[in-house]
Amino acid sequence: MAAVRTSSEVAFNRIAIAAVLIATLIFLAPIYWIASTAFKPKELAVSVPPTVLFEPEVTPFVRLFTKRVQMQKPVDPQVYDAAPWWEKRIYDGGERVLKVGKDVQLSQYPDRFMNSLIVAVISTVLAVGMGTFTAYGFSRFKIAGEADLLFFILSTRMLPPVVVAIPMFLMYRVVGLNDSHIGLIILYVAFNLSFSVWLMKGFMDEIPKEYEEAALVDGYTRMQAFFKIVLPEAATGIAATAVFCFITAWNEYAFALIMTNRRAQTAPPFIPSQIGSGLPDWTTIAAGTFLFLLPVAIFTFLLRNHLLRGVTFGAIRK
Amino acid sequence: MTQIELRGIEKFFGAVQVIHNLNLAIADNEFIVLLGQSGCGKTTTLRAVAGLETIDQGDILIDGKPVQHLKAADRDIAMVFQSFSLYPHMTVFENVAFPLRAMRMSSGEVDKSVREVARVLRITDLLDKRPSALSGGDMQRVAIGRALVRRPKAMLMDEPIGALDAKLREEMRAEIKRLHVKQGSTTIYVTHDQIEAMSLADRIVIMHEGFIQQVGTPDDVYSHPANLFVAQFVGSPVMNIAEASVADQAGAASVTVGDAPAGFEFPRQLLSRLNGHAANGGLTLGIRPEGVLVRHDAAAGYMPVEASIIEPLGSFDIVDLRVGSTMLRARTKAGYVSGPGEKVHVRIDPEQAHFFDTASGKSLGVRL
Repeated sequence: MAAVRTSSEVAFNRIAIAAVLIATLIFLAPIYWIASTAFKPKELAVSVPPTVLFEPEVTPFVRLFTKRVQMQKPVDPQVYDAAPWWEKRIYDGGERVLKVGKDVQLSQYPDRFMNSLIVAVISTVLAVGMGTFTAYGFSRFKIAGEADLLFFILSTRMLPPVVVAIPMFLMYRVVGLNDSHIGLIILYVAFNLSFSVWLMKGFMDEIPKEYEEAALVDGYTRMQAFFKIVLPEAATGIAATAVFCFITAWNEYAFALIMTNRRAQTAPPFIPSQIGSGLPDWTTIAAGTFLFLLPVAIFTFLLRNHLLRGVTFGAIRK
Repeated sequence: MTQIELRGIEKFFGAVQVIHNLNLAIADNEFIVLLGQSGCGKTTTLRAVAGLETIDQGDILIDGKPVQHLKAADRDIAMVFQSFSLYPHMTVFENVAFPLRAMRMSSGEVDKSVREVARVLRITDLLDKRPSALSGGDMQRVAIGRALVRRPKAMLMDEPIGALDAKLREEMRAEIKRLHVKQGSTTIYVTHDQIEAMSLADRIVIMHEGFIQQVGTPDDVYSHPANLFVAQFVGSPVMNIAEASVADQAGAASVTVGDAPAGFEFPRQLLSRLNGHAANGGLTLGIRPEGVLVRHDAAAGYMPVEASIIEPLGSFDIVDLRVGSTMLRARTKAGYVSGPGEKVHVRIDPEQAHFFDTASGKSLGVRL
């Protein structure tokens, strides 16, 4: 039986859709701004009013990945003609690419980006892995002081992390963990672990105990039952937890700024440091930011089905 | 093949004792039903046999060997859960094959065994489906298939059809019976449904608050309930229970129910059989509704009473009869008593009467 919708319901529906559209546009605007700036010619990046239609170019990305210096005098036409297309774009801007012999010198961006990947991926795997095991333990076994322990784990989130930045920095310097991948990984695992334990505990509680018991009776050990039955069942929860942990580690700025400066520096503190003195080159910074957005976007996109089920999990079960 | 013996099992949950000195010997191929209300310890007993629950005292022997210290995986026992517990991320085939994979069987053999079991259970065309695509009855079949596939020493079933609707439950009951007759394996089956227990069991074990109340064939527990609990738990509609007194009246025994003005006539031998219990009170009469005989016109031995509530159940009616301040429920032909308030005549069939000691609840073992 189809219910007849009144005109006021239809009107409300339209208003709701319009509101959602507007909200979406507001949220997407900065992303559009960054993405479009990354492909703009330098002079259009700061034009007022902003240019919406322009011929996109990849020069900002070339600048992003190369080491360059300002040229004192115009480039020799012969050299210019012999240069590949991307090098010409640099000459066009009055700069030249630094080289050692024939080899182009890369900027620090790829290294910083790689640092971000290493730290975020490893810390996510560790936090989610440890969180999953811990949550399973809390969910399935009788543990003395379970509620207190869980509260203790949660309490690590009750303080803004930056409050402990200075003591952490001093400790890290003493034990030699500052400006190291391991140091950042330990830090991010510590941030994410409480979150991971609590989120995974919710998912574990939702998985009926009978599944493992059936596996135990079917001839498997508890470990085998965990890997063959519990883990596949928890995949949704693991995916959701991993996305959140990855985003936290990937975006973390304050500690990365304090704890690292060269070897292990991640992209978030690096990108703004490129604003430099003089006239900032917004297009290159936008290009760096744009590339920095991609891993999270791709990761979230790949896991979107799990994520959707993950965040609504347990909401409609009896 | 497989005998299971439970010796002096005790189990505590914290300070609460849930199983008290439980002793039970189960013969090879026997279908044993543990029957009782929720919380009576029947499921805990089953899980203890499976190895999912530890016991605090006693021995569990399978084929004479104590297994209470063995892990569930090493007991070679299969279990069917009320929730079926089919692994949602695996197909039906993989579900059934799962126990075989634990045995590291070759894939050819796995395939053969799974298809064999699927044929017996008529689930061959479901093998590629996911559990979520199955009906309740089919899930049940798959769960049984998973239990049967590796030919375990014994089958344990924890209310396997409790989650199904009434019609399907009846169908599956028949199917489980068919399978047991065909496959023949030692089976322990837990249920709170006495009809299920009666129809499936070789022997029924009735449990209450962690104690075994009676062990016997369905006929045994129905005809010779050991105590008031069993008498009221087994049989539907429920047995009438009433305080009674017995007197010697004109060469016959007269059994008075509660404060009724007159007694029902019983054979004289009842007096000697009751052996003193008649006089000093503390006697409880138990009579199933089919033992309460009702007729319209007066006859010798029948007492005039008034009908109170009538429950029509299709093939028969249950009529509440007011005998003094006691209600006796009688089973009559459908529509035999037309309505509340109707005057009818009632008698108790002495052959169907049970007598219990009121204080202990124990049966006096007197049947006429």
